[in-house]
Amino acid sequence: MKIKTLPIFTFIVFLIIFFVFYKGLQNSNIYVPKTEIEKDIPLFNARIFGTDNQINSEDIFINGKFYLVNIWASWCVPCRAEHSFLLDLNNQKNLEIIGLNYKDKKENADKFLNELKNPYTFIILDKDGTIAIEWGAYGVPESFLIYDKKIIKKITGPIDKDSFLKIKERIR
Amino acid sequence: MILIKYTLIFFLITNLNLVNAQDKNLQNKITKNLRCLVCQGQSVFDSDSEFANSLKIIVKQKLDDGKNEKEIYDFMKKKYGEWILYDTEFNKNTYFLWLLPILMFLIGGAIILKLFIIKKN
Repeated sequence: MKIKTLPIFTFIVFLIIFFVFYKGLQNSNIYVPKTEIEKDIPLFNARIFGTDNQINSEDIFINGKFYLVNIWASWCVPCRAEHSFLLDLNNQKNLEIIGLNYKDKKENADKFLNELKNPYTFIILDKDGTIAIEWGAYGVPESFLIYDKKIIKKITGPIDKDSFLKIKERIR
Repeated sequence: MILIKYTLIFFLITNLNLVNAQDKNLQNKITKNLRCLVCQGQSVFDSDSEFANSLKIIVKQKLDDGKNEKEIYDFMKKKYGEWILYDTEFNKNTYFLWLLPILMFLIGGAIILKLFIIKKN
């Protein structure tokens, strides 16, 4: 009797281990910061693209209006994919799109905008990536929908059809 | 007179280096405890991604501003969530994680003790 319990016990233990791994290894363990939390806009000073003027984040956003802050760079390939959506969103009356040019060269950024058109009301510069960190971003592209000085929606990665429609619904 | 001058310069240089080195050590310690979110599994200290390089600048800026280690961690937690810290904090989500080794040690000890006593009897 004692000889029989050991193999059965071993078998059950292996079965449990097998199922734990079978389930566990299928989960993606890539962490993405939470996107649906309302947060205050960060405070920062930044230079406006193409000028020497500094602007404070407090002066950019006015209450009662929607803003979309879009982090982009000319070297970022997914930014090209989302650009058509940004141009489309630019036609919305109650939405202003503000660009955040991330670790980019001015001539390349100019070329990018000339080629694909400029959807931004204005663009702020982030030469060393520190302003993107204030926003809680960790890559390009990333977009933030803002209302009443609060981030109401965050899109990590390029804007696609799905998030485009969600933004449109939100600002209606 | 010259001797005094040189010793003064010598002390100034060595002491300045010391101050700088302590700052750098703390900066390295903090960046080693921050997880790079682009290349997950690597610390910000080890990583050379755009994100990690910017984070290193931020940590240095905050240290220069006189922020201490905890304030910097709080800032990072606010921006990216607790997951960015390698050193997990002791809170209600991590009670089990922190107490499991002690629990296992106690249960194991109890089993051994029981076996020992039963055998003796």
